Amino acid sequence: MSQNLPEKAGPELPQPLAEQAAEVVAVRRGMFGGNGTSGDTSGYGRLVRTIEFPGQSPRPYGGYFDEVENELFGALEERDLAPERAIEKVVVHRDQLTFHVRREHLVAVAKTMRDDPALRFELCLGVSGVHFPDDAGRELQILVPLLSITHNRRVHLATSCPDEDPHLPSLTGVYPATDWHERETWDMFGIVFDGHPALTRILMPDDWPGHPQRKDYPLGGIPVEFKGAQIPSPDQRRSYR
Amino acid sequence: MSVDLAQPVDGGASDEPNFDPYAAAGGAGSEEGTDAVFTLTGGDWDEIARELASAEEGEPVEERIVVNMGPQHPSTHGVLRLVVETEGETVTEVRCGIGFLHTGIEKNLEYRNWTQGCTFVTRMDYTTPLFQEVAYCLAVEKLLGVEEQIPERASVIRVLLMELNRIASHMVCIATGGMEMGALSAMIFGFRERELVLDIFEMITGLRMNHAFIRPGGVSQDLPPGAVDKIREFLALMPTRMKDIEALCNENPIFKGRTEGVGYLDLTGCMALGITGPPLRATGLPHDLRKSQPYCGYENYDFEVVTWDTSDSYGRYRIRMDEVRQSLRIIEQCLEKLKPGPVMIEDRKIAWPAQLALGGDGMGNSLDHIRHIMGESMEALIHHFKLVTEGFHVPPGQVYVGIESPKGELGCHAVSDGGTRPYRVHFRDPSFNNLQAVSVMAEGGMIADLIVAVASLDPVMGGVDR
Repeated sequence: MSQNLPEKAGPELPQPLAEQAAEVVAVRRGMFGGNGTSGDTSGYGRLVRTIEFPGQSPRPYGGYFDEVENELFGALEERDLAPERAIEKVVVHRDQLTFHVRREHLVAVAKTMRDDPALRFELCLGVSGVHFPDDAGRELQILVPLLSITHNRRVHLATSCPDEDPHLPSLTGVYPATDWHERETWDMFGIVFDGHPALTRILMPDDWPGHPQRKDYPLGGIPVEFKGAQIPSPDQRRSYR
Repeated sequence: MSVDLAQPVDGGASDEPNFDPYAAAGGAGSEEGTDAVFTLTGGDWDEIARELASAEEGEPVEERIVVNMGPQHPSTHGVLRLVVETEGETVTEVRCGIGFLHTGIEKNLEYRNWTQGCTFVTRMDYTTPLFQEVAYCLAVEKLLGVEEQIPERASVIRVLLMELNRIASHMVCIATGGMEMGALSAMIFGFRERELVLDIFEMITGLRMNHAFIRPGGVSQDLPPGAVDKIREFLALMPTRMKDIEALCNENPIFKGRTEGVGYLDLTGCMALGITGPPLRATGLPHDLRKSQPYCGYENYDFEVVTWDTSDSYGRYRIRMDEVRQSLRIIEQCLEKLKPGPVMIEDRKIAWPAQLALGGDGMGNSLDHIRHIMGESMEALIHHFKLVTEGFHVPPGQVYVGIESPKGELGCHAVSDGGTRPYRVHFRDPSFNNLQAVSVMAEGGMIADLIVAVASLDPVMGGVDR
């Protein structure tokens, strides 16, 4: 990545996003998960742990990440979209760059990522949902990995929507490849992708109730009976957290 | 008569001859009102054709037929359902129906610890089990931040197994693809060669498929004695076997007639639809993650990215054959790189505590380890117990790791909440994505070409549906 790109004038560079604390997605109590039917005899019953996901990373990020960010922010400004409005935070975690985009600007950001010659992320590698039931207002999140073959770079876009309003804009207009991936995410998480040409279930039967990958959807299974004892199904068992 | 079997037993309507329980009034395709709708639920094709002809007398015969190909059809690679709209022999529209093999692997993963995840992911695409294992383990190791600590020997074994697996997968593709075109010799050859690889797998991992051999931190055990010799035998034998297949197919006029120009998908189409793997390389773009974003030390191996410039099924076949050659090259280099050493990470907080060993009563935990935990060290016993029952904690965060599977980019998106179990693991299966291209590749062609087009993508429904 030793490209001698013409130096842009320093002051024109967009301002870094404000520092943000790590995102608390959940608070766990006790040592064990499960439904609490099994007694916690470990002595750790009053343990409280907050689950924190990395927040805005400090600059510089290193590698090609800074360049990608500068180019993206610059290109967004050219489109009269202030980066601070479109991008919530930029996270560099485990050598991977993730732009957390506000959902209303997802399509514009994706289009910029695809079309800007300095970015040129031609390949979209799908949409993957995650459900954080305790992360109020951001319960449903998605990750969209992008790959630029031209520049040999990887970047992720992430966005979220609340459970009450599970709508995200569809990326099928920018990356047709996300067609089935968005259907899968709708099927598994119940996220409605507005603008998708035919958002129907893809893996589960059409009349299936519920969205199986959500955390409030049980795994299912029946307890296994032994003589004089019963082993609960996997999602009911006492488990370490 | 088969029609009789389909009739309901409860009298009434069943007295009517040729009663069709599925013939709904005004079913699909009757929007125009004047069209007669024929619902086929078994029976004699001649009869149906006669009926069709008599019904359309006087009018120009519309030969628009919607055929349901699959989900149980020998040429749909498992349980793929293709809803094909045809005019005569020409395909005018294809839609894929998937999900028949959905087993909830990703959901199940969330209820087992990180190490047990290998057992699930290996069952996704059952022709490339080791690739899912590697993608998953690389993702877990990235989340742990221990990629640098994976022992050299473990990485070499991973590459070795992946390349063997690539050969097996390509052989299945060529075998089933050939079979679907009626080239049964290709099928016999392909599966015979795959068997050689499966024998090696059986020797190394104990299983022909579903290995769960590659674990977070390394591999579950070292290569057994004799494995290297067996692989060398394979390396000597495989090129001659390759010649058999190539002599049979490469310049075969029937094979070329069936595959050349069929299932055409150019670079623009590939980019738009996110197609990777042989279909992308058949457009001439040398995109291979092993070269562009090396993992497991692929940068240390000497091999070429195979491309072809025809964008069709024939090109994809040729790419697969040539990739097998390159894989053989890599395997040879792996054998040279195999230096004695550990195959599991040093970090005792992550590493599986015991290596397996062959005892008097078969394979089990090594006796040295049993002696150590049962007789010498209470702490070792506790650590063993904690690691095996509880597993290790993975710091919160999410990563996406992509590797080059035989079918394209296999991605693993892993999310951890700091616990001992995956919070969410999603696999971006190349077949799942690539199947989106079926309609683009097959519409406007013949029905027979649709089969070839699907085969050239090499979809495996275990991976598609997960």
